[in-house]
Amino acid sequence: MRIYLDHNATTPVRAEVADAMSRALRDLPGNPSSVHAEGAAARAAVEAARERVATLVGAASGDVVFTSGATEANHAALHAAVASAGPAAALVTSTAEHPSVEEAAAALEERGHRVTRVGVDAEGRLELDGLEAALARGPALASLLLANNETGVVQDADALAARAQARGVPLHLDATQAVGKVPVDVARLGASFLSASAHKFGGPKGAGFLVCRGRPLPPWLHGGPQERGRRGGTENVPGIVGLGVACELALRELGERAACYAALRDRLWAGIREKVPRVRWNGGAGAVLPNTLSVEFEGADGEALLQALDLEGVAVSMGAACHSGSITPSRVLAAMGRSPAQARATLRWSIGHGVDESQIDRVLALLPDLVARAREAAA
Amino acid sequence: MSSAGARPRIVVGLSGGVDSSLAAALLVEQGYEVVGVTLHLAGSASRCCSLEDAEDARRVAEQLGIRYFVANYRDEFRREVMEPFADAYLAGRTPIPCVVCNQRFKFGRLMARARALGADVVATGHYARVARDGEGGELQLLRARDPAKDQTYFLFDLGQEQLARIRFPLGELTKPEVRERARSLGLATAEKPESQEICFVPGGDYASVVEALRPGRAPGPGDVVDGDGRVLGRHAGVHRYTVGQRRALGVAGPERLYVRALDAAHNRVVVGPESSLGAAGARLEGVRWTGAASCAPRRALVRVRYRHPGAEATIEPTADGGARVRFDAPVAAVAPGQAAVFYEGERVLGGGWIAEAIG
Repeated sequence: MRIYLDHNATTPVRAEVADAMSRALRDLPGNPSSVHAEGAAARAAVEAARERVATLVGAASGDVVFTSGATEANHAALHAAVASAGPAAALVTSTAEHPSVEEAAAALEERGHRVTRVGVDAEGRLELDGLEAALARGPALASLLLANNETGVVQDADALAARAQARGVPLHLDATQAVGKVPVDVARLGASFLSASAHKFGGPKGAGFLVCRGRPLPPWLHGGPQERGRRGGTENVPGIVGLGVACELALRELGERAACYAALRDRLWAGIREKVPRVRWNGGAGAVLPNTLSVEFEGADGEALLQALDLEGVAVSMGAACHSGSITPSRVLAAMGRSPAQARATLRWSIGHGVDESQIDRVLALLPDLVARAREAAA
Repeated sequence: MSSAGARPRIVVGLSGGVDSSLAAALLVEQGYEVVGVTLHLAGSASRCCSLEDAEDARRVAEQLGIRYFVANYRDEFRREVMEPFADAYLAGRTPIPCVVCNQRFKFGRLMARARALGADVVATGHYARVARDGEGGELQLLRARDPAKDQTYFLFDLGQEQLARIRFPLGELTKPEVRERARSLGLATAEKPESQEICFVPGGDYASVVEALRPGRAPGPGDVVDGDGRVLGRHAGVHRYTVGQRRALGVAGPERLYVRALDAAHNRVVVGPESSLGAAGARLEGVRWTGAASCAPRRALVRVRYRHPGAEATIEPTADGGARVRFDAPVAAVAPGQAAVFYEGERVLGGGWIAEAIG
């Protein structure tokens, strides 16, 4: 039996989601843009999903745009800011972003836009003074990660929003890791844009959304009239239906999810701290997602530890960048002041649906020996 | 440790070539729980350690139904192999990075990784054999059965402890047999061409690799001189030359001239006729004996580069951990930086690093 503790990478599709998608594939043959009954049925399914997304994140359904995932949504938000503010548009982001924002910002930088990256402290929290200073320069957009994928560190969204509002700077929150795990209310957060992706909370890969509130959102995929002309292309009907069901499940389960994930995560951390010497929880001192645990096993070869765990049936993750199976130390941990050696000694554990106490206990039984060997391997 | 039960777990270093692919396949046949590991050592520009080769290795692992991982040691490889390689050229030596790579990476770090993965033994696709000298005797490193493929020259630096944890499944096979077996198993890499060059020196252009690794440190043009110091011409920087080389000297003369020595301190290339190339001996550093070390002089066949068939010699260990080698007859092109490896018949006795040729 495999033990899957990598839910921040992706989650297994929930059975209810798979059933709904399978029904959509079978029973909704139409193109949502078509006038006939088949088209209308598909359109109704898409719009019902839009309602569910809107309800989960506290948006008006008309403000929800379906995308292929969070990467596209993030690009669209940055693109919107730049397109409406012109060639002089400047951006504010942070040193601990997901690559889909960092790389998009870097590409805009190469095209001449000024990008200011606000730092984070040793616990991964945004430096609010630095943010204040950056916002004072009148950027076209502040794009910030609400909850970090590697550490689970959750930013103080109220503080970010208050500062952005005070300076009249539109705020984009990349909420990909937060949606479905903790309550996210875009209106209450005061964000102009919000991105998320279905596969991070029990939905399918290839479906996500961008919420855009009260800001211009020029088209980024030119084509048909879909998504009010902003994103051309026939809708991913089964994916959108799956996203909708995942949102519905999240809305229903949110409270118990957070409590259940946190209990399992805390059990894991307590066990690690008890059984393994020289460990550190990255970001654990502040607000963090209930399901995420980033642990430095001081002096260990994290890559070897990950692989050893995998051979014993446990799936976890290292820092973010992983290309063809080769891992380069995490930029996020570097931004938090960790050395390359510390980053290489860090593993991310992320809980999700289907994880139970017996699995955590099994991991804890294996871990001390595996860590000891991974420490020898690094010596 | 293996959760699969009785099958012993073994880690196989998969390069993405046919040799290591077949090594893994043979171990699967022998009943091991095989875990394939590709060492990611050099950047994407390199040939044999590139991620394209990792993709080939991954395909083979999928075919064989074995688990597969990439182990990333790029920083360590640059520090411990590539930069010393560049520094050696800049110091007028002709380095052979594969020996250090084998010792520290293909066995050292691969073994450490294997231990972390719960395997006590590693295997590679090298052409070499390990045998025990009788019951309870020392482990011996033996030449491969295929003399054309024998790679023991690159493996002399392995000691007893390492030999005890190494398997060379191809040691008894010839290259044509390896290809044939790989073909009959339908391995994805069965027809993949061989690479002979140093993996991080694509196209054999080592001078530009040296210049990239140590920017600004490469010497400019200097004098080509004869044995008496007479200037015969100009050269493009000592790091571009190798002892014994004849090509591209840019010196015209009545007789063919060869590089006799590289004088890095003065950026001079010393040349002479073929008859001047012979060395009566060599001074070695960092001598390692495969079995128990001995201070007594020993007779051995000594190979001074990979393609050298070997020369009969007497080896006298010195107190500083080196040795003095006296060849029975002069040996041409003894290049500092290369390895001198000692053989007794099939058996590797040990070896060391050539510090200087002795006239």
